[in-house]
Parts: sequence; C-alpha cells; structure tokens
Amino acid sequence: MAAAHDNDAAQKGGFRAWLNKRLPVDEFVESQLTGYFAPKNFNLWYFFGALAMLVFVIMILSGIFLAMHYKPSETAAFDSVEYIMREVEWGWLIRYMHSTGASFFFIVVYLHMFRAMLYGSYREPRELLWILGVLLYLALMAEAFMGYVLPWGNMSYWGAQVIVNLFGTIPVIGPGLVEWIRGDYGIADSTLNRFFALHVVAMPFAIAFLILMHLVALRQTGSNNPDGIEIKAKLGANGKPVDGIPFHPYYTIKDLFGVGVFLLFFCGVIFFVPTFGGLFLEKPNFEAANALSTPDHIAPVWYFTAFFAMLRAVPDQQLGALIMLLAIVVLFFLPWLDRSPVKSIRYKGWMSKTALVLFVISFIVLSYLGLKPASDLYVILARIFTAIYFLYFILMPWYTSVEKTKAAPERVNYHA
Amino acid sequence: MSDPDNLPDEADTSRRKFLTAATAATAAVGGAFTLVPFIASWRPSERARALGAPLEIDISKLEPGQMITQSWRKQPVYVVRRTPEAVAGLAKVGPSLKDPQSDASAQPVYAKNEARSIKPEFLVLYAACTHLGCLPKQYFTQGEPTLGADWPGGFFCPCHGSRFDLAGRVFNGSPASLNLAVPPHKFESDTMLVIGLDANAEGAA
Amino acid sequence: MRNAFALIAAGLVLSALSFSPAVRAATAGLPGAWQDWQPGNDISNTASLQRGAGNFMGYCAGCHSLKYVRYSRMGTDLKIPEDQLEEMLSPGSKKGDYMLTKLTAADGEAWFGKAPPDLSLIARSKGSDYVYRFLKTYYLDEKTTNGTNNLALPGTAMPHVLSSLQGAPILKTVKKDGLDTFDSFEIVEPGQLTAEQYDEFVRDTVNFLEYAGEPVKAYRQSLGIWVMLFLSLFTALAWLLKREYWRDVK
Repeated sequence: MAAAHDNDAAQKGGFRAWLNKRLPVDEFVESQLTGYFAPKNFNLWYFFGALAMLVFVIMILSGIFLAMHYKPSETAAFDSVEYIMREVEWGWLIRYMHSTGASFFFIVVYLHMFRAMLYGSYREPRELLWILGVLLYLALMAEAFMGYVLPWGNMSYWGAQVIVNLFGTIPVIGPGLVEWIRGDYGIADSTLNRFFALHVVAMPFAIAFLILMHLVALRQTGSNNPDGIEIKAKLGANGKPVDGIPFHPYYTIKDLFGVGVFLLFFCGVIFFVPTFGGLFLEKPNFEAANALSTPDHIAPVWYFTAFFAMLRAVPDQQLGALIMLLAIVVLFFLPWLDRSPVKSIRYKGWMSKTALVLFVISFIVLSYLGLKPASDLYVILARIFTAIYFLYFILMPWYTSVEKTKAAPERVNYHA
Repeated sequence: MSDPDNLPDEADTSRRKFLTAATAATAAVGGAFTLVPFIASWRPSERARALGAPLEIDISKLEPGQMITQSWRKQPVYVVRRTPEAVAGLAKVGPSLKDPQSDASAQPVYAKNEARSIKPEFLVLYAACTHLGCLPKQYFTQGEPTLGADWPGGFFCPCHGSRFDLAGRVFNGSPASLNLAVPPHKFESDTMLVIGLDANAEGAA
Repeated sequence: MRNAFALIAAGLVLSALSFSPAVRAATAGLPGAWQDWQPGNDISNTASLQRGAGNFMGYCAGCHSLKYVRYSRMGTDLKIPEDQLEEMLSPGSKKGDYMLTKLTAADGEAWFGKAPPDLSLIARSKGSDYVYRFLKTYYLDEKTTNGTNNLALPGTAMPHVLSSLQGAPILKTVKKDGLDTFDSFEIVEPGQLTAEQYDEFVRDTVNFLEYAGEPVKAYRQSLGIWVMLFLSLFTALAWLLKREYWRDVK
C-alpha cells in the first residue's frame, strides 16, 4: 500500500524525507490522489469536472499573456486587440485560446451541471458541493460578461449597456446603482477600466477560491456515481470502498485521455473555426464600439441566450429581470426539491425522466430563441419554454415523490 | 492498489512502463510546443520592429563642432560633426585611454579605427554610458573649467564621472571600462546618414 | 455513451445552424438570388491575393484605409517582390507604415456625405459574402445623388467606382407572389471587363480583404492540421495507456 511505501521512504532519508518533514507532499498525494477512492463506474459525464479545471488553467495562462499587450482604455482597447491579433508574435493564437476558451468553459460547465442533475449529485450529503458549484457558475457568468466587454467592439459596448441597465430595474436604488457601476453617465472609459480590473484580478481570485472549496467539499463527501449509491457504505478489508479505485493512477490517466479528446475539439475550433460561425466571436464585435449605432441584431453570447430569451418573453421590464434572476436562483434549491428515494435517473420513474428531457429541451430551445430576433412566434415559444423550465423545478417535489422508482442496487454497475 | 490480487503480471508491467513513457514524452513535447507562442509573444512585436526600422538623418545642416541627438530603437544616439582640429587631436590622447584601439569595445568593423567612424568628420555613438547607462554630457571645449585645464574635449557622464574623448573612448580613471558603443550606420549620400544599416555586408562586429 | 455523444453533437449543430439565418435576416433587402451569391475565394491562393492587393491599391486605397495592415507585412505574406511593393506605397509612406489613405475624414464627409470607412476588418464584421455582393450589386438609379444605388447596402454614399470596369448595370425585377423580386442586371454601357473578368476582379479583391481582416488565417489553418495530427497521436497513446491500466479494474 502507498502509505507503507511512504514510510519506507521517510526512513531511508534523502531529499524526499527532508522535504516531507517540512512540506507534507507525500501525505497530500496520498490523501488526494492515490488514497482517494473514486467509484469505478464513472462514465463519459464524469470527464467534465477535470476538463473545467483544464479550461480554467488555459484561461488564466492565456489571460495573463493577453493582459501584457491589451490596453483598457476607450481609445486604445479595440486597437490593442487588433495589435495582439496582427503584430504580437503568436498573439492571434493566445487571443483565440482565450476567446474559444470562454465558450468551451460554458460548454464544459453546462455538461458538468447536467451530469449532477442526471445522477442526483446535488442530493444529501452533497448539497453544499452543489451550491458551491452554482456559485462558481454565477462567478463565471460575471467573469465572462466583463471579459466580453474588454475588446470594446460594438457588441461589447451594447452588451454592457443592456446588462448594466438590468440593474436599473431594481426598485428605488436601480438608477443610482447603474450610474455607480458605470462610473459615468453612459458606458465609458471608467466602466471599461474597472471591468478590466475585476476581470483580471478580482474574479479570477474568487473563482480560484470557489474551485478550491468545491474540491475540498468533494473530497469530504466523495464522488457520486451513475448509480447514485454511496460507495462508502460497502468497505473492503483494507478499509477502502470495494467499488472504489484510487483516483491516481486510474482516473488521472482516464482524464488524460479525456484531455486529448477535448483538445482535439478545442484546437479544431481555434485553428479552423475560431469565430464558430459568429457564435464564439460575433461579427459586429469586429467593429469598434460606437455609442451612436446599435448593431442591427443584438443578442448576448450563446451561453447567456437562454436567460436573455426569458427576459424578453415577459412583457414587463421588472418582472422580466426578476424571472431571469429566479431562473438561476432556483438552482440553489434543487437539493431540497428532489424528494425521490433514489438519486440516479437510472432508477427514477418515467416522470423524472420526462421532466429532465423537457428541461434540457427547454434550455436548448431558449438558448436558440435568445439568438433570434424577437418576433411574435419566438416570444410565444419563449414563454412556453420558460414555463417548462420553471415547472421542472416547481413540480419536482411532487413528481419525484409520487412516481414509482426502481430499487437502487447494492453495488455499482461496472463491466470491465 | 486497492487489491493486491489485481496487480498485473510481469509482461504487463513492461508494456505499462513503455506506454507511460511514450505518453509522457508526447505530452512533454506538446507542452514544449505550447510554451513557444507564450515565450515568443515577448519578442519585439511587428510594431516595435517597424518603429525600429533604419533611421534616416539629414546631416547637411550639422555644422562642425555641433552635435544632434536622435532616438533609434528607444535609445538615444549622438551624431557629432568634429572639427578638423578635434580629429587631429584624437591621436594625442592615446596614452591616457583605457582601450585606445577599441579592441574590447563594441563597434562595427568599419568604425574600428582611431576616429571610430566611417568618415573621420562624423562620429555616431550610442549615448549610453558603458558604466551604468546614463547619458554622457557634451563638453567639447578644450580646458573646460570643471574638467581641468588638460581636458581635450569629449564627453563627461554626470552620474559617476566617466570621461570619454571625442571618439567616445574612455579615459583612464573612469568607472566605465569600455568605449561608448557605435551603432550600425552608413552614409546614403554626403548629406544623408542612415542609422541601423551597415556600411558594408560584413558590418556588425 | 453513444447517446451522450449524439446529444452533445446535436446541441452543437443546432446552435451553429441557428445563427446563420439570423445574419441573413439582418442583411435582407430586395429578395432574390443575389442574396445567395458567394465569392468562392481561396485565402491560400497567393496569386489571387496579389491581384486583389493591386485592385485595392488601384481602386479603393484613394479613399479607404487599411489602418491595421502594414505594407511590409502585406509584402511578406503575399510574397510581393520588394520593387513591386515599393511601387504600391502611397506617396510619402514607408514600407513599415500602415496602409492609410490621404483622404481625411472631414474631406470624405464633405464629398460623399459620410467618411469612407476603414476596411481592415470589413470582411470580418460583415463577411466576405457581403463584400462580394456589395461590389456586384451596383445599378443605375436616378433617385440618388450620385446616380447609382446598391442592393446589399441600399442608399450607400459610395458611387460605383468600378463602373469603368463593369460598365453601367440596370436592375431588372420581376413580380413573385406579388413581391418585387430581383431578376438580373443588364449592362447597358459596357466597361473594360467582361462579366467573367469583373467577377474575377471582385473575387480577388474580396479575397484580399479577407486576408486583410485576418492576415494569419492561411497560416493558422495550415498549422492546425499539424496540431490535430499531434493531438491525435497523444490521444491514441493516452487511450492505450488508459486501457492498459484499467485492466486492473474488475
């Protein structure tokens, strides 16, 4: 066993012993990797947590290097981005890593969140793990929004205008708050400058801290798995779960393969379709910010459009903003809305399965509608799917408690 | 391992070791390639290189005994038009110089001579003191009061007191040990000096 | 597993498809076949890019700048010989300079009613298709101040500067479902070029503007192939390694 081996090393002395006496390297590796037992039945959906970490690292690295060439000022920001794209050696690659990384961050995080909903990973005892995850999602949204403003293209400008004005819908303090956020009477140099500071300093710290908490909470409860049963309930002779395997080497190596597949997609976009047909980098954002001309068709980037569609679906400004806010806030309550005796979708009844399918469809359709102009038909559709989105949560206590479920197995399903 | 019975047999271990090494090596190569763009992004950008293009200076209005200062590649450059007396005086200060033949100092081969220039009349120097980079001031008058009666004319660095003659050669007793460097330069015509291009192909020393 | 992949793929395809019609809706004007015209340019065709650069300098650079493109960079990328590049420089410019125009914004506004925009990013902000359609859909129109109009940008302040090449086209429309619909252009006064030559001229110019929008594009794609090959190797090795280790797991 790893621990016994480490003791041998400590007795033998040498640099490793010297180091471990001062810094618990081996203890850390033992507790977090080799001695951390994860369920052996992880499937495809379990790649996305590690991949989100990878994207975070890519964003930090490319972001630091972009900040070396970027200039956060009204007059220089747009030019400095083109300077990076054209005149800095390899600047284009670093910029595309960052712009593509933003979209991939959300792809990976959405799939990671869907996994939690699929297998009930938010259920007791992992409520706090889920809440920390939702907080991470919120922080990521703020980070992405402020980052989107920095290139100072025309979509950056008008996106900032629209999103910041959302705060104006808050009763009483709204108008004053909007002015305070902007630091001027319109989106201006001061707004850009403070968003830059928040985007490159404050938010990355907040996100890194939340990631750390998320991981600490995960190590405390242990991972859920596609069968939604607690592997800690069945321990082997060595005191470790019989259905568990050491995270290292098994999952580190498996994740390495996941990283390879991910990078194939990621680099495929960077090198061949960095704008992704206008979804990842929007056409109007190749025009400099212009306070006198709103782009013909204004929509947020694809990862926000579901919420944007909800906002537009409501024929009242304040209520619309409230619905949009609730769509995210409701996620926090998910652990207490699910009353099913089983965690995993595998053993839930047809109602839960139907509800989850409808929820995913509603999110995808809303995302699609948010990209489209607000015509009558689209607004009606948006209302229907907004209702479905919320019904998934509102009706959950009912359908999860009345439906007939299958019994979860004693041991996880795994076939080598 | 969670279960000693599951340990692979000997043949498997060698295959395992080989695959681990191959994957690690590939990842290391990939990592090294990934570093290239980040490291290269610190090199002078196309803008810096365009701004650092050869600089043309019209020297037709420069009178003997005068000096102009120009900036090339973010560094000040002195262009001095020496008087015939000043050129003649260069031979006399030899014994009091640290590096009279400029053997240890930096200059293109075509400027490695007593006058440290292509045409003895025109001196082109990087204006950074070879001690710690301050700008030496011009004291072209012989016997300059602050520098003593035997001062032959030259440059004096205000930071740490290094003294240079009218060819930028450093005097004994100065903290600097090398002569002021000469940038690559050439004469496009009698009145047009170009800094940043070499006078001949084997230029840079 | 397979279902999961299908779901991801479907999501990506759906979202990608969703965007293109939105862009079209924004550029719609007189309906008709012209809205589907494609330049069919090839960014890796250096000869075409060189011709396009010549076209741009000859017909566009008088009024339009490429403020993010340097002559020297263009010369290197497009493999334009030094002496030819020298001839392309606008008066007073050096090789390291950006491709600016002598026309000031104020003059442009006075002469055309609107300062001619910089074209560095036109192919990125509007798309190559748009630029192609714009240069191909000028027609005579007495109702405008300069006597010409454009289908892609109705009411444009820019006169048909290429009419000496294309000739003078008039617009023919037909009624379809009660709607005025584009039918064809008829050249009433021939220019120096045939229809095919003019099409080639516009294609080269569009190709050059696409280059100007992202000078690194051709290189990016050629490098991408190597990156993908390398990553495939890595992923294959990682897969073998994973399979090897996971034989332990029973």
